[in-house]
Amino acid sequence: MPPLLAFIPLLPLIGFVVLSFFGRQMPKRAVAILGAGTICIAAILTIILGLSFLQTPPAGGAYDQLLWSWFSIGNLSVDIGLRADALTLVFIFIITFVGALIHIYSAFFMWHDDDYARFFASMNLFVCSMLLLVMADNLVLMYLGWEGVGLCSYLLIGFWYEVPSNCRAAIKAFLITRIGDTALLIGLFLLFKELGTLNISAILHLAPDHFTTGGSNIVLITILLLVGGMGKSAQLPLQTWLPDAMAGPSPVSALIHAATMVTAGVYLIARMHVLFQLSPVTMMIVAIIGALTLFVAGCSALAQTDIKRILAYSTISQIGYMFLALGVGAWSAAIFHFFTHAFFKALLFLAAGVIIEALHHEHNIFMMGGLRKRMPVVFVTFLAGAVALSALPLVSAGFFSKDAILWYSWSAANGNPLLWVMAMAGAFITALYTTRLMLVVFWGDVRTPVHEHPAQGMVIPLIVLAFLSITAGFIEWPHNMVHLSLFSDLVQKVLPETVLKPDLPSEWLFQLMAVFVTLAGIYLGYLLYYGKPGIRWQRSPGLSGMRDLLFSGFKFDQLYNFLFVKPFVFITRINKSDVIDRLYNGIAQAALKLNSWFAISQNGSLRLYIVGVLAGILFIITLQILL
Amino acid sequence: MINSAHMVLIVASVLFALGLVGVLTRKNVVFMLISVEIMLNASGLAFVAAGAKWQQPDGQVMFLFILAMAAAEVSVGLALVLQIYHQHKTLDVDRLKELRD
Repeated sequence: MPPLLAFIPLLPLIGFVVLSFFGRQMPKRAVAILGAGTICIAAILTIILGLSFLQTPPAGGAYDQLLWSWFSIGNLSVDIGLRADALTLVFIFIITFVGALIHIYSAFFMWHDDDYARFFASMNLFVCSMLLLVMADNLVLMYLGWEGVGLCSYLLIGFWYEVPSNCRAAIKAFLITRIGDTALLIGLFLLFKELGTLNISAILHLAPDHFTTGGSNIVLITILLLVGGMGKSAQLPLQTWLPDAMAGPSPVSALIHAATMVTAGVYLIARMHVLFQLSPVTMMIVAIIGALTLFVAGCSALAQTDIKRILAYSTISQIGYMFLALGVGAWSAAIFHFFTHAFFKALLFLAAGVIIEALHHEHNIFMMGGLRKRMPVVFVTFLAGAVALSALPLVSAGFFSKDAILWYSWSAANGNPLLWVMAMAGAFITALYTTRLMLVVFWGDVRTPVHEHPAQGMVIPLIVLAFLSITAGFIEWPHNMVHLSLFSDLVQKVLPETVLKPDLPSEWLFQLMAVFVTLAGIYLGYLLYYGKPGIRWQRSPGLSGMRDLLFSGFKFDQLYNFLFVKPFVFITRINKSDVIDRLYNGIAQAALKLNSWFAISQNGSLRLYIVGVLAGILFIITLQILL
Repeated sequence: MINSAHMVLIVASVLFALGLVGVLTRKNVVFMLISVEIMLNASGLAFVAAGAKWQQPDGQVMFLFILAMAAAEVSVGLALVLQIYHQHKTLDVDRLKELRD
């Protein structure tokens, strides 16, 4: 089996190389087959690998494959080595499988675009980098993948680069994630300084002996790693790039900004769980950041009018749930939520893409409406996604994963009632904005006529993802319902089991409350939005201040503009003519001035020159005599 | 009683002053060159006088050097003078000011 491992990232890489060099000369059909085909084969390989992993677990719980030695300096030697354990397998599965569906969808979605080959080249490079990120057996190779996905995110957000705002969104995404990347890099340096290795399994092995729990070194390292994860995963306070990243094509939003890349931070923390467990402070910070983010982003989603921005804020909020779960030590619950979220959020973005295409690139949900009858397939699949997002009990994958997080946010050893309250409020808001989105887009009057219906190839991925959004949760049930925990059994080969507090109230109580909150959110949404096309109450002046605040995502952009951009622009403006330059310009000025003075003496009169020489001689002789 | 070395040095400095005045006051380039020669010879005379006083050969050696240098200088100088006359049809230094740049 191990030789298969290298082919999984290699295939997309081949796709990228061929498409970027010969893509322009290739017919569109060939580009589509190559671009989507490589990912599909990678997905099939992943499934084969996963099956063999489940049937005959390898020694040590992971497939290892050392490809070659990358470089070796002093006592640092870095290999290109791949490693696939249970955690990695879950990520590879999502990346290749959801990736393959999204590629198939894109083959039809992007058909009329002129830069068809460039799109698929970037997408393939993205999949390759993301696979390297999760499969790397050392942190340097992981960092390569980490930067690779950042680059592809930049390239694909700015895919339609003729529009200046798209380019700005791309630059913003790149710069803000770079803050996180820098922190991550410093964290890696510190880790190497402390442990002398960057091999992941060696680090996890050495760390418990090397660091004392809660020591300042380990706290610093984990906080730096966390900041890295926060940048990539769009968590507070580095979340502002993700809503703007929706400037990219819808499949890009589905793959990069919902299903895979933005969960890189979750992967990083889960992968480095040993380090985080050594630093309870950081764990607490992770949980608090997650709880705040899920609440803040959920509130922002309530007021958005752009369908993709709603989904973007929802993504931030759901990743907040994952961070919350990681923070309280519910490792497998976090990864399970990543697993189900990838399906339903990719589905929602793809369906949104279909709707936007069908309505002449209309993004505003209040210009949509009545699509239930017009686009029944999209309606049904979108409904499946929305049900999963709002975590409707028992019939959706989202319920099983989110319920686990809600339960653990109270009951896990690091859990806290306050975190639970935030998570519950988030669940309520999620149900509310999802209901709002559904009712406004699919019910009510038709406001924009449907202009074209999606191709078959776009519908099939939607149906597959809708099926998974409903059923993917059934592999893991809450402990008190059915004793089926396939997912946590698999993941807990790598991640530690969640430690619970003693003397907890019944889990049933929590589940009923979670269900109640979800249903209440849906009901409130129904009351507020059903059959009220104008939504007049939303425009009332009393609420406009609140609405503006939520619409702008709690004014984070304005805040950063005020704190960082304005001062920076101010400093650059006053320093437009570089202060240091003045020194050099001054020297040149002085030389010119002196020249203009002494040039007077060069008047061509030979006699005067001789007088000058004579005066010089006399001066020197006088000096000699006097001194 | 002023000894002979002093006498010769006085003659040399008078000669040097004469040469200097010649260089400063003459208009013709050729006469300026001749004045420079006089100054060179004045310094040569001073060397020879010093050599005679201390009974050392150095003074005469220096004079021979000065002689050689003067020959070289005059040959270059005269060549330049010829060229200047060729181009400007004059040897008046005050009218040769356009050479300044």
